[in-house]
Amino acid sequence: MNSISRRKFLKISGATIGAAVLSGSMSSFVKGADNKINKKDIKGIQKIPTYCAMCFWRCGAIAHVKDGKLWKIEGNPDDPLSKGRLCPRGTGGVGTHYDPDRLRSPLIRKNIRGEEQWVEVTWNEALDYVAKRMIDIKKTYGPESMAMFHHGIGATFLEHMMKSYGAINFGAPSFAQCKGPRDVAFNLTFGETVGGPERTDIENAKCIVLIGSHIGENMHNTQVQEFSKAVANRASIIVVDPRFSVAASKAKYYLPIKPGTDIALLLAWMNVIVNEKLYDNEYINKYGFGFEQFAAQLTSYTPEWAYPETGIEPDVIRKTAREMARYKPATLVHPGRHSTWYGDDTQRSRALALLNALLGSWGRKGGLYQPTWLDIPAYPYPDYPKSNKKKLDNPDEKYPFAIEEITTGVREATITGKPYPIKGWFVYGTNLPYSLPQPDKTIEAIKNLEFLVVVDTIGSEIAGWADVVLPESVYLERYDELNNPSFKVPYVGIRQPVVDPPGDQKPNYWIAKKLATRLGLDKYFPWKDIEEYLDYRLQKVGLSLELMKEKGIFLAPEQPIYYEDGVKPYFGTPSGKIEFYSLQLEQKGFDPVPKYTKPEEPPAGYFRLIYGRAPVHTFSRTQTNRILDDMMDTNKVWINKDVADHYGIRNGSFIKLKNQDGVISNKVKAFVTERIRTDCVYMVHGFGHTSKMLKGTYMKGADDSRLITQVKTDPIMGGTGMRVNFVTFELEA
Amino acid sequence: MAKFGMVIDTTKCVGCMDCVVACKTENNVPEGFNRAWIVEDVMGKYPDLHMEIRSERCNHCEEAPCVDVCPTGASHYSDIGEVVLIDHDECIGCKACIAACPYDARFIHPDGYADKCDFCFHRTSKGNNPACVDVCPTHSIHFGDLDDPDSEVSKLLKSRKYHVRIPEAGTKPKIFYLT
Amino acid sequence: MHELSITRHNELIDPTLHIWSWQIPVYLFIGGLIAGMMIISGYFLLKGRAREAKCTCFQLPILSIIILSLGMLALFLDLEHKFYFWRLYTTFQVTSPMSWGAWILLLVYPALILNLLLRVPVFILNRIPQLGKISEKMNAHPSTIKGIATLNITLGLMLGAYTGILLSTLTGRPLWNSSVLGFLFLASGLSSAAAFVHMIAKTAHERDILTKADNGFLTLELVIVAFFFIGLLTSSASHKAAADLLLTGPFAAVFWVFVIGIGMVIPLFIQSLAIKNKIKHTVVAPIMVLVGGILLRFVFVYAGQYSHWLIHAGLFK
Repeated sequence: MNSISRRKFLKISGATIGAAVLSGSMSSFVKGADNKINKKDIKGIQKIPTYCAMCFWRCGAIAHVKDGKLWKIEGNPDDPLSKGRLCPRGTGGVGTHYDPDRLRSPLIRKNIRGEEQWVEVTWNEALDYVAKRMIDIKKTYGPESMAMFHHGIGATFLEHMMKSYGAINFGAPSFAQCKGPRDVAFNLTFGETVGGPERTDIENAKCIVLIGSHIGENMHNTQVQEFSKAVANRASIIVVDPRFSVAASKAKYYLPIKPGTDIALLLAWMNVIVNEKLYDNEYINKYGFGFEQFAAQLTSYTPEWAYPETGIEPDVIRKTAREMARYKPATLVHPGRHSTWYGDDTQRSRALALLNALLGSWGRKGGLYQPTWLDIPAYPYPDYPKSNKKKLDNPDEKYPFAIEEITTGVREATITGKPYPIKGWFVYGTNLPYSLPQPDKTIEAIKNLEFLVVVDTIGSEIAGWADVVLPESVYLERYDELNNPSFKVPYVGIRQPVVDPPGDQKPNYWIAKKLATRLGLDKYFPWKDIEEYLDYRLQKVGLSLELMKEKGIFLAPEQPIYYEDGVKPYFGTPSGKIEFYSLQLEQKGFDPVPKYTKPEEPPAGYFRLIYGRAPVHTFSRTQTNRILDDMMDTNKVWINKDVADHYGIRNGSFIKLKNQDGVISNKVKAFVTERIRTDCVYMVHGFGHTSKMLKGTYMKGADDSRLITQVKTDPIMGGTGMRVNFVTFELEA
Repeated sequence: MAKFGMVIDTTKCVGCMDCVVACKTENNVPEGFNRAWIVEDVMGKYPDLHMEIRSERCNHCEEAPCVDVCPTGASHYSDIGEVVLIDHDECIGCKACIAACPYDARFIHPDGYADKCDFCFHRTSKGNNPACVDVCPTHSIHFGDLDDPDSEVSKLLKSRKYHVRIPEAGTKPKIFYLT
Repeated sequence: MHELSITRHNELIDPTLHIWSWQIPVYLFIGGLIAGMMIISGYFLLKGRAREAKCTCFQLPILSIIILSLGMLALFLDLEHKFYFWRLYTTFQVTSPMSWGAWILLLVYPALILNLLLRVPVFILNRIPQLGKISEKMNAHPSTIKGIATLNITLGLMLGAYTGILLSTLTGRPLWNSSVLGFLFLASGLSSAAAFVHMIAKTAHERDILTKADNGFLTLELVIVAFFFIGLLTSSASHKAAADLLLTGPFAAVFWVFVIGIGMVIPLFIQSLAIKNKIKHTVVAPIMVLVGGILLRFVFVYAGQYSHWLIHAGLFK
């Protein structure tokens, strides 16, 4: 096999495709007036491929429509991510179409922002109003004063519209509130981010180390599928978690670590591996930079040193370190995903990266493979207008290594008005009072705005604060941008409408194009409709929309993804090698090799609040999906049994949580269990809704975001560490 | 002819409830009701814990008390596969079957008749798998003919350790949990 | 420590079974009462002692028909698929005591009517005078009377026992897994019927006979209850836990005070004194018996639903 440079894109020629194309029959659907799908006239079962939007993994799905009515959704067997099996949210996606709490028509607020008093208006009225306000802001302050918060592929065309308008301040919570520390750390170490889908070769790993990753409850489909394969193959699983997660129940070694001390454990592991010379010597000689200086820094981090910090016995530390080394390079120390925990998160992720580097798993089978993708040229647009203002999310590059926008920085600027005011927010697909910590700050920022427009499918809390709410159709009712992620195999998948929206909801691209016209930006939206856009791009790789609507997924020829198979190692770091010792960090005044900081102790009678995911929900967006609500209609607060007994808290009883700043949560059921340490309590994120428009879930459970009034900001990239709040119990009288 | 059963690998199951959701959409199970459900069975004291995760449903017992006690014959065994089925038009809703079942597998459907998992008979009578089997992302649920020694389920029972739910009730359940 | 978390939340099933409420205990009590009435009226007819027990033999049939119909109404109200009830009568399921019961109840009505025809109540005779002639013809043949008596006794025994057997076939409820339940409910039914006559009898003689009979039935009941607990307490963990529900658990207070105390022991004591003429007969003791009888059914139906094979596994916390 020829070695293919990671940077060379695979161009698929029309000839290659011609051989692979199956006889594409015209998909049989009738376009009624207003682009309605109008499948009601078709009897029997139709199977229409699309890709899922219940989370951000984007598995290929096939929706089944029976006699014109949406019946069920299954995975697309051709889809490399799901392999024909969706996760419970994807399977329950039917519930988003039938959700009775869906926004039906555009809304303009009647009275005071936040009081949830609305006037239903037509799309023309709403869009005219939005355009007018945006033009006002542009005239008065400049387009830079209109910021956009977004999450998900559905933001593509709206982001494009905003950029065409001249906006420069954007932010997705997925960086500073989620993957940021990890991606920056791996970028500093290997010269590349981890990516999403993560480049984890779980199914081939012989040893898997999970630091807090609760795979199985965190339901990223491919990861869970591969994890179960690894379990069946008797992979050695090491789980480090203050809570006995589902993954912990399948582990060979479960390490009940004290929260906040992971770096100590990682350093001690590296100490053992270096001292006992268990590392991949050849790999490090070839690809490593600064190994000696790195090794020298580890000498004091013995397992005996780590024991009082972490609570993990020295012999367990040694045993697990040796276990990891035993299976290298097919040992995967999972990089994690949501990594904004304690404020030193980039350094912790750096330690994770270094541990992988020691074991030689980067680029190797069973470790972190080299992803490939099907490159599809972007649609040719005119250049966006240039601004002479700078982005204000990270003024003076206070966080020197941030590689994406810092959402909380944009929020801060909105509050302070410095370096220049932000007067408008355009929000797509992210419920800011839940996705950003310190929701009071979010409200404070909103109060400084002259205009807030929210595009959402349900009346979320952020929609409740908006001046204009634009109801989007759900993924089953619309097209969207092509999905061609970097993964183990190169492919492209399409989204297409399966059923008509039940009300006056519109897709994101329609909204973007209509707004663009009103903003005088038609030259940035030259395509007539979304079908033309998609077909144009697909034609560039020898495909067509017609073909894709039939198949849903096109798989390009497989590419090598491991060094073993000829992938040429390349590291985008200053040294061109894996940086065991980071001069970059040192030059900016940070530790070149991670150091351990002792976490704060909770006040007496308080417990650290940690949070996580449930496999049947996605953040705060799925609770009104009646199928998923039926699976789990509330979260519970996990309390260690001995602690609960001490406080007289019975399993299933309602309590409230009060945090260190006196904020009190909604009442929530206690889950009294052995499955958690005595010094922390745990909740699934996304419940405790206060928006009255969310009738199916109003006030069920408690909202962890409300209790996150303190954050510890990572100095390297601006991520907001959120597991730094402590709560005590307020029992019902 | 044939004896349908399930073999479920608890070591791979993560309790994600995909099986429950797929069953719901496949069979239009009414809101608020479960034909299938997840059990997390935990023993020990932190941190020395063991957890078994089970996807449970009607066990389609070989000696089903629900079939024996039904006064109208609505609860019966199918010809294909010995699946325990309920004929909606013969059920009077007396609930004897619900009381008879040691597994809490049955419930009263809002339309008035007794209901439960039927091994997706509309699929399995045609040689396909139940919806839960085909959706499970961890491939934990296996379905097939227990009378066929070459079926996947039979082979798994020959090679792996397993248990059934409440064997002492004498119902001879046909769902086997691999441990 | 054993923790069980279950995601299922089915109406009537979770967190503990509660499919049957007042309708079933009421029917069970009425069924037992009628069964007892049929047996004792049949007995006196068979032995040719109808004159000694006029109330028993000639007032009970009409009362039985009325009260039984109320019981059947309760049963009908319990059905969740009511308009399909006739499906009970298009088949006979040999393994289902409920099917037996459906047919038994069907036959009980003609048996009661035949018994009724031996002495037609005045208010009916006034409306249908022809019944008088039929009544005369039937009374003319002692074999007819004996036949009707035997029929009533047989069907009464079946009616009285089948409900207990029915509960005992419901595998899922360990509290009911006892072969003595049929006997218990039969004895309780006989006791209730005897107490009922004790209350409404017009002659002291009839009252005495029935009171003595009731004492016999109450004693029998207490013995059967003892056997019931011996059986459960020497079976499996689930059965021991089920027995404890009544003996020391959440149902203990009602069980000991109302079912055993007020329903059996105290009336037995009072009635024994009354028979020896130490005190006068009053309605107090029979009312206690009847109250105890209906509460026996309530306790068994409610506690039985609560009982579970996994009851010892920390399921109910």
